[in-house]
Amino acid sequence: MLKKSLFRKPKNELEYQGEGKLQRPSVPDDLYVSCPECKQTLLKAEVEEHCFICPKCNYHFKLQARRRIRLLVDNNSFQELNAGLQPVNWLEFPSYEEKLTAAQQKSGEPEGVICGTAQIGGYPVALFVMDPAFILGSMGTVVGEKITRLFEYATQQRLPVIGYTVSGGARMQEGILSLMQMAKTSGAVKLHSDAGLLYVTVLTNPTTGGVTASFAMEGDIILAEPRAVVAFAGPRVIEQTIRQKLPNGFQRAEFLLEKGFVDAIVSRNSQREYLTTVLRLHQKGGAGRD
Amino acid sequence: MTESQAAAEKAEPYDRVQAARAKGRPTSQNFIEQITEEFLELHGDRRYADDGAIIGGIARIYDLPVTVIGIEKGRGLQESIRRNFGAAHPEGYRKALRLMKQAEKFHRPVLCLVDTSGAYCGIGAEERGQGQAIAENIMEMMTLKTPIISLLIGEGGSGGALALAVADQVWMLENAIYSVISPEGCASILWKDAKKMQEAARYLKLTARDLLALGVVEQVIAEGSPKDFSSVYNTVKAMLYQQFTQALKKPTEMLLAERYQRFRRIGSFRETD
Repeated sequence: MLKKSLFRKPKNELEYQGEGKLQRPSVPDDLYVSCPECKQTLLKAEVEEHCFICPKCNYHFKLQARRRIRLLVDNNSFQELNAGLQPVNWLEFPSYEEKLTAAQQKSGEPEGVICGTAQIGGYPVALFVMDPAFILGSMGTVVGEKITRLFEYATQQRLPVIGYTVSGGARMQEGILSLMQMAKTSGAVKLHSDAGLLYVTVLTNPTTGGVTASFAMEGDIILAEPRAVVAFAGPRVIEQTIRQKLPNGFQRAEFLLEKGFVDAIVSRNSQREYLTTVLRLHQKGGAGRD
Repeated sequence: MTESQAAAEKAEPYDRVQAARAKGRPTSQNFIEQITEEFLELHGDRRYADDGAIIGGIARIYDLPVTVIGIEKGRGLQESIRRNFGAAHPEGYRKALRLMKQAEKFHRPVLCLVDTSGAYCGIGAEERGQGQAIAENIMEMMTLKTPIISLLIGEGGSGGALALAVADQVWMLENAIYSVISPEGCASILWKDAKKMQEAARYLKLTARDLLALGVVEQVIAEGSPKDFSSVYNTVKAMLYQQFTQALKKPTEMLLAERYQRFRRIGSFRETD
Protein backbone atom coordinates (compact mmCIF):
# COMPACT_ATOMS: atom_id res chain seq x y z
CA MET A 1 0.00 0.00 0.00
CA LEU A 2 0.99 3.53 -0.66
CA LYS A 3 0.00 4.84 2.69
CA LYS A 4 2.87 3.34 4.60
CA SER A 5 5.52 4.89 2.45
CA LEU A 6 3.73 8.20 2.56
CA PHE A 7 3.75 8.42 6.29
CA ARG A 8 7.11 7.13 7.33
CA LYS A 9 8.15 10.36 8.99
CA PRO A 10 5.24 12.39 10.20
CA LYS A 11 6.53 15.84 11.02
CA ASN A 12 3.57 17.54 12.54
CA GLU A 13 1.34 16.90 15.47
CA LEU A 14 -1.51 14.60 14.55
CA GLU A 15 -4.05 16.98 15.95
CA TYR A 16 -3.46 20.67 16.23
CA GLN A 17 -3.99 22.15 19.65
CA GLY A 18 -7.46 23.49 18.91
CA GLU A 19 -9.91 25.18 21.17
CA GLY A 20 -12.75 23.71 23.14
CA LYS A 21 -13.50 20.07 23.20
CA LEU A 22 -11.12 19.18 20.43
CA GLN A 23 -8.27 19.83 22.76
CA ARG A 24 -7.09 16.45 23.73
CA PRO A 25 -6.02 15.62 27.20
CA SER A 26 -2.30 15.88 27.47
CA VAL A 27 -0.85 12.49 26.88
CA PRO A 28 2.63 12.46 28.25
CA ASP A 29 3.82 10.00 25.70
CA ASP A 30 3.90 11.17 22.12
CA LEU A 31 3.02 7.67 21.05
CA TYR A 32 -0.63 7.98 21.99
CA VAL A 33 -3.60 10.10 21.03
CA SER A 34 -7.07 10.21 22.42
CA CYS A 35 -10.08 10.08 20.10
CA PRO A 36 -12.24 13.18 20.64
CA GLU A 37 -15.34 11.16 19.81
CA CYS A 38 -15.04 7.84 21.66
CA LYS A 39 -12.31 9.00 24.08
CA GLN A 40 -10.30 5.87 23.52
CA THR A 41 -6.58 6.10 23.83
CA LEU A 42 -5.08 5.11 20.55
CA LEU A 43 -1.65 4.38 19.24
CA LYS A 44 -0.70 7.33 17.13
CA ALA A 45 0.98 5.19 14.53
CA GLU A 46 -2.13 3.12 14.20
CA VAL A 47 -4.32 6.19 13.63
CA GLU A 48 -1.90 7.39 10.99
CA GLU A 49 -2.01 4.06 9.25
CA HIS A 50 -5.77 4.39 9.13
CA CYS A 51 -5.64 7.72 7.27
CA PHE A 52 -6.18 9.56 10.55
CA ILE A 53 -9.41 7.75 11.26
CA CYS A 54 -10.12 6.34 14.69
CA PRO A 55 -9.96 2.54 14.27
CA LYS A 56 -12.51 2.13 17.06
CA CYS A 57 -15.30 4.54 16.09
CA ASN A 58 -14.48 5.80 12.58
CA TYR A 59 -14.02 9.36 13.83
CA HIS A 60 -12.20 11.39 11.19
CA PHE A 61 -9.48 13.37 12.90
CA LYS A 62 -8.94 16.92 11.77
CA LEU A 63 -6.31 16.77 9.12
CA GLN A 64 -3.97 19.53 8.11
CA ALA A 65 -4.04 20.41 4.45
CA ARG A 66 -0.51 19.39 3.53
CA ARG A 67 -0.88 16.07 5.23
CA ARG A 68 -4.17 15.47 3.46
CA ILE A 69 -2.56 16.19 0.13
CA ARG A 70 0.17 13.65 0.78
CA LEU A 71 -2.48 11.13 1.70
CA LEU A 72 -4.51 11.76 -1.42
CA VAL A 73 -2.32 12.35 -4.42
CA ASP A 74 0.11 10.15 -6.32
CA ASN A 75 3.60 10.17 -4.89
CA ASN A 76 5.50 13.39 -5.49
CA SER A 77 2.94 14.61 -7.98
CA PHE A 78 1.84 17.74 -6.11
CA GLN A 79 3.02 21.07 -7.45
CA GLU A 80 1.89 24.05 -5.48
CA LEU A 81 0.53 27.20 -7.11
CA ASN A 82 0.38 30.73 -5.73
CA ALA A 83 2.05 29.81 -2.46
CA GLY A 84 3.31 33.36 -2.04
CA LEU A 85 -0.02 35.09 -1.45
CA GLN A 86 -0.05 36.75 1.96
CA PRO A 87 -2.89 38.33 3.88
CA VAL A 88 -2.91 42.00 4.87
CA ASN A 89 -4.85 43.73 7.60
CA TRP A 90 -6.45 46.24 5.25
CA LEU A 91 -9.24 47.18 7.68
CA GLU A 92 -6.72 47.65 10.48
CA PHE A 93 -8.86 45.31 12.45
CA PRO A 94 -7.83 45.03 16.08
CA SER A 95 -5.48 42.12 16.82
CA TYR A 96 -5.83 40.66 13.33
CA GLU A 97 -2.06 40.57 12.78
CA GLU A 98 -1.60 38.63 15.99
CA LYS A 99 -4.32 36.23 14.93
CA LEU A 100 -2.64 35.73 11.57
CA THR A 101 0.75 35.15 13.12
CA ALA A 102 -0.71 32.61 15.53
CA ALA A 103 -2.52 30.86 12.68
CA GLN A 104 0.64 30.77 10.61
CA GLN A 105 2.59 29.29 13.46
CA LYS A 106 -0.04 26.73 14.27
CA SER A 107 -0.58 25.60 10.69
CA GLY A 108 2.87 26.22 9.30
CA GLU A 109 1.10 27.78 6.30
CA PRO A 110 0.88 31.40 5.16
CA GLU A 111 -2.89 31.14 4.62
CA GLY A 112 -5.93 28.92 4.90
CA VAL A 113 -5.83 27.05 1.61
CA ILE A 114 -3.22 25.16 -0.39
CA CYS A 115 -3.66 25.03 -4.16
CA GLY A 116 -1.82 23.24 -6.90
CA THR A 117 -1.80 20.51 -9.47
CA ALA A 118 -1.36 16.82 -8.86
CA GLN A 119 -2.25 13.40 -10.10
CA ILE A 120 -4.80 11.14 -8.50
CA GLY A 121 -4.74 7.56 -9.73
CA GLY A 122 -2.72 8.80 -12.67
CA TYR A 123 -5.22 11.47 -13.65
CA PRO A 124 -4.09 15.10 -13.63
CA VAL A 125 -6.15 17.43 -11.48
CA ALA A 126 -6.14 20.91 -10.04
CA LEU A 127 -6.52 20.64 -6.28
CA PHE A 128 -7.37 22.92 -3.41
CA VAL A 129 -7.37 21.87 0.21
CA MET A 130 -8.44 24.20 3.00
CA ASP A 131 -6.60 24.02 6.29
CA PRO A 132 -8.49 23.56 9.56
CA ALA A 133 -5.50 24.78 11.53
CA PHE A 134 -5.66 28.21 9.92
CA ILE A 135 -8.43 30.04 11.81
CA LEU A 136 -10.60 27.02 11.08
CA GLY A 137 -10.34 27.49 7.33
CA SER A 138 -11.77 30.96 7.47
CA MET A 139 -12.18 32.58 4.06
CA GLY A 140 -10.45 35.88 3.57
CA THR A 141 -9.28 37.48 0.38
CA VAL A 142 -6.19 35.30 0.00
CA VAL A 143 -8.28 32.13 0.18
CA GLY A 144 -10.69 33.63 -2.35
CA GLU A 145 -7.93 34.76 -4.67
CA LYS A 146 -6.04 31.45 -4.57
CA ILE A 147 -9.14 29.41 -5.30
CA THR A 148 -10.19 31.80 -8.06
CA ARG A 149 -6.76 31.58 -9.64
CA LEU A 150 -6.85 27.80 -9.40
CA PHE A 151 -10.16 27.63 -11.25
CA GLU A 152 -8.93 30.06 -13.89
CA TYR A 153 -5.79 27.98 -14.34
CA ALA A 154 -7.84 24.78 -14.50
CA THR A 155 -10.14 26.29 -17.11
CA GLN A 156 -7.15 27.33 -19.18
CA GLN A 157 -5.43 23.96 -18.85
CA ARG A 158 -8.70 22.03 -19.10
CA LEU A 159 -8.18 20.28 -15.79
CA PRO A 160 -10.82 18.95 -13.41
CA VAL A 161 -10.83 20.54 -9.96
CA ILE A 162 -10.96 18.59 -6.72
CA GLY A 163 -11.66 20.77 -3.71
CA TYR A 164 -11.56 19.92 0.00
CA THR A 165 -13.47 22.34 2.16
CA VAL A 166 -13.31 23.05 5.86
CA SER A 167 -14.42 26.43 7.09
CA GLY A 168 -15.98 28.43 9.82
CA GLY A 169 -17.11 30.86 7.11
CA ALA A 170 -16.10 34.23 5.79
CA ARG A 171 -13.29 35.95 7.70
CA MET A 172 -14.80 38.75 9.72
CA GLN A 173 -11.49 40.61 10.02
CA GLU A 174 -11.48 41.33 6.29
CA GLY A 175 -15.04 42.60 6.35
CA ILE A 176 -16.95 43.02 3.13
CA LEU A 177 -13.98 41.89 1.04
CA SER A 178 -14.36 38.43 2.53
CA LEU A 179 -18.00 38.39 1.51
CA MET A 180 -17.04 39.38 -2.01
CA GLN A 181 -14.82 36.31 -2.26
CA MET A 182 -17.97 34.22 -2.37
CA ALA A 183 -18.95 35.94 -5.60
CA LYS A 184 -15.43 35.96 -6.99
CA THR A 185 -14.82 32.25 -6.46
CA SER A 186 -18.31 31.34 -7.68
CA GLY A 187 -17.71 33.29 -10.87
CA ALA A 188 -14.54 31.32 -11.54
CA VAL A 189 -16.32 28.04 -10.74
CA LYS A 190 -19.07 28.97 -13.19
CA LEU A 191 -16.67 29.68 -16.04
CA HIS A 192 -14.89 26.40 -15.35
CA SER A 193 -18.25 24.62 -15.34
CA ASP A 194 -19.40 26.33 -18.53
CA ALA A 195 -16.22 25.09 -20.18
CA GLY A 196 -17.52 21.56 -19.59
CA LEU A 197 -15.02 20.74 -16.89
CA LEU A 198 -15.50 18.62 -13.79
CA TYR A 199 -15.51 19.96 -10.24
CA VAL A 200 -15.77 17.63 -7.26
CA THR A 201 -16.00 18.95 -3.72
CA VAL A 202 -15.30 16.97 -0.59
CA LEU A 203 -16.88 18.56 2.46
CA THR A 204 -14.99 17.95 5.66
CA ASN A 205 -15.78 18.79 9.25
CA PRO A 206 -16.93 21.51 9.58
CA THR A 207 -17.93 23.29 6.39
CA THR A 208 -20.11 26.27 7.20
CA GLY A 209 -21.09 29.84 6.41
CA GLY A 210 -19.85 31.62 3.34
CA VAL A 211 -17.94 28.63 2.07
CA THR A 212 -21.04 26.43 2.18
CA ALA A 213 -22.96 29.24 0.50
CA SER A 214 -20.47 29.38 -2.36
CA PHE A 215 -17.88 27.02 -3.81
CA ALA A 216 -18.47 24.12 -1.41
CA MET A 217 -21.97 23.58 -2.78
CA GLU A 218 -21.15 24.24 -6.42
CA GLY A 219 -19.52 20.95 -7.34
CA ASP A 220 -20.86 18.67 -10.06
CA ILE A 221 -20.37 15.97 -7.50
CA ILE A 222 -20.48 16.78 -3.79
CA LEU A 223 -18.97 14.28 -1.36
CA ALA A 224 -18.68 14.48 2.40
CA GLU A 225 -16.64 12.79 5.08
CA PRO A 226 -18.62 10.76 7.62
CA ARG A 227 -20.25 12.81 10.38
CA ALA A 228 -18.91 16.11 9.00
CA VAL A 229 -20.99 19.12 10.02
CA VAL A 230 -22.13 20.90 6.89
CA ALA A 231 -24.22 23.98 7.43
CA PHE A 232 -24.95 27.52 6.39
CA ALA A 233 -25.62 28.72 9.91
CA GLY A 234 -23.74 26.60 12.42
CA PRO A 235 -25.62 24.64 15.08
CA ARG A 236 -24.78 27.15 17.81
CA VAL A 237 -26.14 30.09 15.84
CA ILE A 238 -29.37 28.23 15.14
CA GLU A 239 -29.83 27.19 18.73
CA GLN A 240 -29.42 30.81 19.77
CA THR A 241 -31.88 31.98 17.12
CA ILE A 242 -34.67 29.48 17.67
CA ARG A 243 -33.92 28.82 21.34
CA GLN A 244 -34.32 25.10 21.19
CA LYS A 245 -32.00 22.11 21.14
CA LEU A 246 -31.29 20.71 17.72
CA PRO A 247 -32.07 17.07 16.94
CA ASN A 248 -29.22 14.60 17.11
CA GLY A 249 -27.28 14.34 13.88
CA PHE A 250 -28.71 17.60 12.54
CA GLN A 251 -26.44 19.10 9.86
CA ARG A 252 -24.18 16.07 9.81
CA ALA A 253 -23.15 14.63 6.46
CA GLU A 254 -25.62 11.75 6.87
CA PHE A 255 -28.43 14.27 7.38
CA LEU A 256 -27.44 16.16 4.23
CA LEU A 257 -27.35 12.91 2.29
CA GLU A 258 -30.86 12.13 3.46
CA LYS A 259 -32.08 15.62 2.53
CA GLY A 260 -30.48 15.40 -0.90
CA PHE A 261 -27.60 17.85 -0.61
CA VAL A 262 -24.62 15.55 -0.99
CA ASP A 263 -24.03 12.77 -3.51
CA ALA A 264 -22.22 10.37 -1.25
CA ILE A 265 -20.40 10.00 2.03
CA VAL A 266 -16.93 8.67 1.50
CA SER A 267 -14.55 7.65 4.25
CA ARG A 268 -11.13 9.14 4.08
CA ASN A 269 -9.44 5.84 3.42
CA SER A 270 -11.45 5.26 0.26
CA GLN A 271 -11.52 8.77 -1.16
CA ARG A 272 -8.50 8.23 -3.35
CA GLU A 273 -10.08 5.26 -4.99
CA TYR A 274 -13.46 6.94 -5.24
CA LEU A 275 -12.03 10.05 -6.86
CA THR A 276 -9.98 7.93 -9.25
CA THR A 277 -13.19 6.26 -10.39
CA VAL A 278 -14.93 9.62 -10.79
CA LEU A 279 -12.02 10.90 -12.84
CA ARG A 280 -11.96 7.76 -14.98
CA LEU A 281 -15.68 8.11 -15.66
CA HIS A 282 -15.08 11.62 -16.90
CA GLN A 283 -12.53 10.63 -19.51
CA LYS A 284 -13.80 10.95 -23.04
CA GLY A 285 -14.89 7.58 -24.32
CA GLY A 286 -16.80 6.00 -27.12
CA ALA A 287 -14.08 6.38 -29.72
CA GLY A 288 -13.96 2.62 -30.19
CA ARG A 289 -11.75 0.07 -28.51
CA ASP A 290 -8.48 -1.13 -29.93
CA MET B 1 -12.35 69.86 15.79
CA THR B 2 -13.82 69.71 19.27
CA GLU B 3 -13.87 66.52 21.21
CA SER B 4 -17.63 66.12 20.82
CA GLN B 5 -17.44 66.72 17.08
CA ALA B 6 -14.77 64.12 16.79
CA ALA B 7 -16.88 61.73 18.81
CA ALA B 8 -19.92 62.38 16.61
CA GLU B 9 -17.90 61.67 13.50
CA LYS B 10 -16.54 58.49 14.98
CA ALA B 11 -19.99 57.29 15.98
CA GLU B 12 -21.35 57.78 12.51
CA PRO B 13 -21.22 54.24 11.08
CA TYR B 14 -23.49 52.88 13.77
CA ASP B 15 -25.93 55.75 13.23
CA ARG B 16 -26.24 54.46 9.69
CA VAL B 17 -26.86 50.97 11.02
CA GLN B 18 -29.72 52.30 13.11
CA ALA B 19 -31.11 54.32 10.22
CA ALA B 20 -30.96 51.28 7.95
CA ARG B 21 -32.97 49.28 10.48
CA ALA B 22 -35.35 52.07 11.51
CA LYS B 23 -39.03 51.27 11.77
CA GLY B 24 -40.96 53.04 9.07
CA ARG B 25 -38.07 53.07 6.64
CA PRO B 26 -39.37 52.38 3.13
CA THR B 27 -39.26 48.71 2.22
CA SER B 28 -39.01 46.99 -1.14
CA GLN B 29 -42.75 47.33 -1.60
CA ASN B 30 -42.49 51.11 -1.35
CA PHE B 31 -39.81 51.15 -3.99
CA ILE B 32 -41.81 48.88 -6.27
CA GLU B 33 -44.87 51.09 -5.86
CA GLN B 34 -42.98 54.30 -6.39
CA ILE B 35 -40.58 53.50 -9.20
CA THR B 36 -42.50 50.97 -11.26
CA GLU B 37 -45.91 50.66 -12.87
CA GLU B 38 -48.15 47.68 -13.57
CA PHE B 39 -46.32 45.46 -11.11
CA LEU B 40 -47.49 41.87 -11.48
CA GLU B 41 -46.44 39.83 -8.51
CA LEU B 42 -45.43 36.25 -9.33
CA HIS B 43 -45.30 33.68 -6.59
CA GLY B 44 -43.49 30.52 -5.68
CA ASP B 45 -40.29 28.65 -6.40
CA ARG B 46 -42.03 25.73 -8.19
CA ARG B 47 -40.27 23.36 -5.84
CA TYR B 48 -41.51 23.80 -2.34
CA ALA B 49 -43.31 27.00 -1.38
CA ASP B 50 -43.80 30.70 -1.78
CA ASP B 51 -41.55 32.65 0.55
CA GLY B 52 -43.13 35.89 1.73
CA ALA B 53 -39.73 37.35 2.59
CA ILE B 54 -39.05 37.78 -1.11
CA ILE B 55 -41.36 39.63 -3.46
CA GLY B 56 -40.92 39.21 -7.18
CA GLY B 57 -42.63 39.99 -10.42
CA ILE B 58 -42.68 41.96 -13.63
CA ALA B 59 -43.25 45.69 -13.94
CA ARG B 60 -42.42 48.70 -16.05
CA ILE B 61 -40.03 51.54 -15.39
CA TYR B 62 -41.36 54.16 -17.79
CA ASP B 63 -41.72 52.07 -20.97
CA LEU B 64 -39.17 49.45 -19.99
CA PRO B 65 -40.34 46.05 -18.75
CA VAL B 66 -38.19 44.80 -15.88
CA THR B 67 -38.16 41.90 -13.48
CA VAL B 68 -38.16 43.17 -9.90
CA ILE B 69 -37.12 41.03 -6.96
CA GLY B 70 -37.07 42.49 -3.49
CA ILE B 71 -36.41 41.23 -0.01
CA GLU B 72 -39.36 42.46 2.01
CA LYS B 73 -39.28 43.06 5.75
CA GLY B 74 -42.96 43.93 5.85
CA ARG B 75 -44.79 47.04 6.94
CA GLY B 76 -46.38 46.67 10.35
CA LEU B 77 -46.09 43.78 12.73
CA GLN B 78 -48.63 41.41 11.20
CA GLU B 79 -47.12 41.67 7.77
CA SER B 80 -43.58 41.50 9.11
CA ILE B 81 -44.37 38.21 10.79
CA ARG B 82 -45.74 36.85 7.54
CA ARG B 83 -42.62 38.01 5.77
CA ASN B 84 -40.35 36.66 8.47
CA PHE B 85 -38.89 40.16 8.90
CA GLY B 86 -37.10 39.87 5.58
CA ALA B 87 -35.14 36.77 6.50
CA ALA B 88 -35.57 34.52 3.49
CA HIS B 89 -35.65 30.73 3.40
CA PRO B 90 -34.05 28.75 0.58
CA GLU B 91 -37.35 28.78 -1.34
CA GLY B 92 -37.18 32.58 -1.39
CA TYR B 93 -33.79 32.49 -3.07
CA ARG B 94 -35.03 29.80 -5.43
CA LYS B 95 -38.05 31.90 -6.34
CA ALA B 96 -35.69 34.78 -7.03
CA LEU B 97 -33.56 32.59 -9.28
CA ARG B 98 -36.60 31.28 -11.12
CA LEU B 99 -37.70 34.83 -11.87
CA MET B 100 -34.20 35.79 -12.94
CA LYS B 101 -34.07 32.86 -15.37
CA GLN B 102 -37.43 33.97 -16.70
CA ALA B 103 -36.05 37.48 -17.16
CA GLU B 104 -33.07 36.05 -18.98
CA LYS B 105 -35.34 34.20 -21.39
CA PHE B 106 -37.10 37.43 -22.36
CA HIS B 107 -33.93 39.50 -22.09
CA ARG B 108 -35.59 41.68 -19.50
CA PRO B 109 -33.35 43.55 -17.06
CA VAL B 110 -33.43 42.53 -13.42
CA LEU B 111 -33.68 44.90 -10.47
CA CYS B 112 -32.91 43.40 -7.06
CA LEU B 113 -33.86 45.32 -3.94
CA VAL B 114 -31.88 44.19 -0.93
CA ASP B 115 -33.00 44.69 2.64
CA THR B 116 -32.27 41.88 5.06
CA SER B 117 -30.48 41.28 8.29
CA GLY B 118 -29.49 37.96 6.76
CA ALA B 119 -30.76 34.68 5.36
CA TYR B 120 -32.90 32.89 7.93
CA CYS B 121 -31.14 30.64 10.45
CA GLY B 122 -33.48 27.80 11.34
CA ILE B 123 -34.10 24.11 11.07
CA GLY B 124 -36.26 24.26 7.93
CA ALA B 125 -33.87 26.63 6.21
CA GLU B 126 -30.96 24.29 6.85
CA GLU B 127 -32.89 21.15 5.90
CA ARG B 128 -33.80 22.64 2.58
CA GLY B 129 -30.30 23.81 1.79
CA GLN B 130 -29.89 27.47 2.64
CA GLY B 131 -26.21 27.37 1.72
CA GLN B 132 -26.86 25.55 -1.52
CA ALA B 133 -29.63 27.97 -2.51
CA ILE B 134 -27.43 31.01 -1.93
CA ALA B 135 -24.48 29.40 -3.69
CA GLU B 136 -26.60 28.60 -6.72
CA ASN B 137 -27.91 32.15 -6.97
CA ILE B 138 -24.44 33.63 -6.75
CA MET B 139 -23.10 31.27 -9.36
CA GLU B 140 -26.01 31.63 -11.77
CA MET B 141 -26.25 35.40 -11.46
CA MET B 142 -22.64 35.69 -12.49
CA THR B 143 -23.54 34.56 -16.02
CA LEU B 144 -27.20 35.53 -16.26
CA LYS B 145 -27.52 36.86 -19.80
CA THR B 146 -29.43 40.01 -19.02
CA PRO B 147 -28.53 43.21 -17.17
CA ILE B 148 -28.79 43.13 -13.36
CA ILE B 149 -28.69 46.02 -10.92
CA SER B 150 -28.88 45.50 -7.18
CA LEU B 151 -29.96 48.33 -4.95
CA LEU B 152 -29.38 48.06 -1.22
CA ILE B 153 -32.17 50.03 0.41
CA GLY B 154 -31.65 49.11 4.06
CA GLU B 155 -29.68 46.26 5.56
CA GLY B 156 -27.32 44.18 3.47
CA GLY B 157 -26.74 41.23 5.75
CA SER B 158 -23.98 38.95 4.52
CA GLY B 159 -24.66 35.94 2.26
CA GLY B 160 -28.39 36.46 2.40
CA ALA B 161 -27.88 39.85 0.76
CA LEU B 162 -25.18 38.74 -1.64
CA ALA B 163 -27.56 36.11 -3.03
CA LEU B 164 -29.36 39.03 -4.67
CA ALA B 165 -26.36 41.27 -5.20
CA VAL B 166 -24.25 39.66 -7.88
CA ALA B 167 -24.93 42.32 -10.46
CA ASP B 168 -23.45 44.56 -13.13
CA GLN B 169 -23.74 47.42 -10.70
CA VAL B 170 -24.53 47.56 -7.01
CA TRP B 171 -25.99 50.75 -5.64
CA MET B 172 -26.68 51.80 -2.10
CA LEU B 173 -28.91 54.33 -0.46
CA GLU B 174 -26.91 56.70 1.69
CA ASN B 175 -28.07 55.08 4.93
CA ALA B 176 -28.00 51.50 3.76
CA ILE B 177 -25.35 49.18 5.15
CA TYR B 178 -23.65 46.10 3.73
CA SER B 179 -21.54 43.79 5.83
CA VAL B 180 -20.19 40.29 6.25
CA ILE B 181 -21.48 40.22 9.84
CA SER B 182 -23.68 42.45 11.98
CA PRO B 183 -21.75 44.87 14.18
CA GLU B 184 -23.32 43.21 17.22
CA GLY B 185 -22.19 39.77 16.06
CA CYS B 186 -18.73 41.08 15.32
CA ALA B 187 -18.45 42.74 18.72
CA SER B 188 -19.55 39.62 20.55
CA ILE B 189 -16.99 37.49 18.73
CA LEU B 190 -14.21 40.00 19.02
CA TRP B 191 -14.70 41.38 22.49
CA LYS B 192 -17.32 38.97 23.88
CA ASP B 193 -19.45 42.05 24.26
CA ALA B 194 -22.26 42.81 21.81
CA LYS B 195 -22.54 46.29 23.28
CA LYS B 196 -19.35 47.34 21.57
CA MET B 197 -21.22 47.35 18.27
CA GLN B 198 -20.39 50.97 17.62
CA GLU B 199 -16.71 50.24 17.65
CA ALA B 200 -17.25 47.14 15.50
CA ALA B 201 -19.29 49.13 12.99
CA ARG B 202 -16.35 51.46 12.55
CA TYR B 203 -13.98 48.63 11.68
CA LEU B 204 -16.32 46.80 9.34
CA LYS B 205 -16.52 49.61 6.75
CA LEU B 206 -20.18 48.91 6.19
CA THR B 207 -21.45 52.35 5.19
CA ALA B 208 -22.33 53.27 1.64
CA ARG B 209 -19.55 55.86 1.45
CA ASP B 210 -16.92 53.45 2.71
CA LEU B 211 -18.04 50.77 0.27
CA LEU B 212 -18.00 53.25 -2.60
CA ALA B 213 -14.42 54.12 -1.72
CA LEU B 214 -13.55 50.42 -1.68
CA GLY B 215 -15.09 49.84 -5.10
CA VAL B 216 -17.68 47.43 -3.73
CA VAL B 217 -20.54 49.64 -4.92
CA GLU B 218 -20.85 51.99 -7.88
CA GLN B 219 -23.37 54.55 -6.68
CA VAL B 220 -24.52 56.08 -3.42
CA ILE B 221 -27.94 57.70 -3.54
CA ALA B 222 -28.47 60.65 -1.19
CA GLU B 223 -31.45 60.37 1.10
CA GLY B 224 -32.38 63.71 2.64
CA SER B 225 -35.24 63.56 5.13
CA PRO B 226 -36.26 60.12 6.35
CA LYS B 227 -39.89 61.24 6.14
CA ASP B 228 -39.82 62.09 2.47
CA PHE B 229 -38.30 59.63 0.03
CA SER B 230 -39.89 61.14 -3.07
CA SER B 231 -36.66 62.57 -4.38
CA VAL B 232 -34.94 59.23 -3.72
CA TYR B 233 -37.57 57.43 -5.78
CA ASN B 234 -37.30 59.92 -8.62
CA THR B 235 -33.53 59.73 -8.67
CA VAL B 236 -33.45 55.95 -8.52
CA LYS B 237 -36.08 55.60 -11.21
CA ALA B 238 -34.24 57.86 -13.63
CA MET B 239 -30.89 56.21 -12.91
CA LEU B 240 -32.27 52.72 -13.36
CA TYR B 241 -33.94 53.58 -16.64
CA GLN B 242 -30.79 55.11 -18.00
CA GLN B 243 -28.51 52.31 -16.81
CA PHE B 244 -30.77 49.52 -18.02
CA THR B 245 -31.37 50.97 -21.47
CA GLN B 246 -27.63 51.42 -21.89
CA ALA B 247 -26.83 47.95 -20.62
CA LEU B 248 -29.38 46.37 -22.96
CA LYS B 249 -27.39 47.70 -25.91
CA LYS B 250 -24.24 46.01 -24.76
CA PRO B 251 -23.24 42.70 -26.34
CA THR B 252 -23.94 39.95 -23.79
CA GLU B 253 -20.33 38.73 -23.78
CA MET B 254 -19.16 42.19 -22.83
CA LEU B 255 -21.80 42.55 -20.15
CA LEU B 256 -20.80 39.23 -18.58
CA ALA B 257 -17.08 39.85 -18.90
CA GLU B 258 -17.49 43.15 -17.08
CA ARG B 259 -19.64 41.54 -14.39
CA TYR B 260 -17.00 38.89 -13.84
CA GLN B 261 -14.23 41.48 -13.62
CA ARG B 262 -16.28 43.60 -11.26
CA PHE B 263 -15.95 40.90 -8.62
CA ARG B 264 -12.69 39.40 -9.85
CA ARG B 265 -10.63 42.44 -8.90
CA ILE B 266 -11.89 42.64 -5.29
CA GLY B 267 -9.33 41.52 -2.76
CA SER B 268 -6.44 42.74 -0.76
CA PHE B 269 -3.24 40.77 -0.34
CA ARG B 270 0.42 40.90 -1.02
CA GLU B 271 2.32 38.58 -3.22
CA THR B 272 5.77 37.20 -2.53
CA ASP B 273 7.70 34.49 -4.32
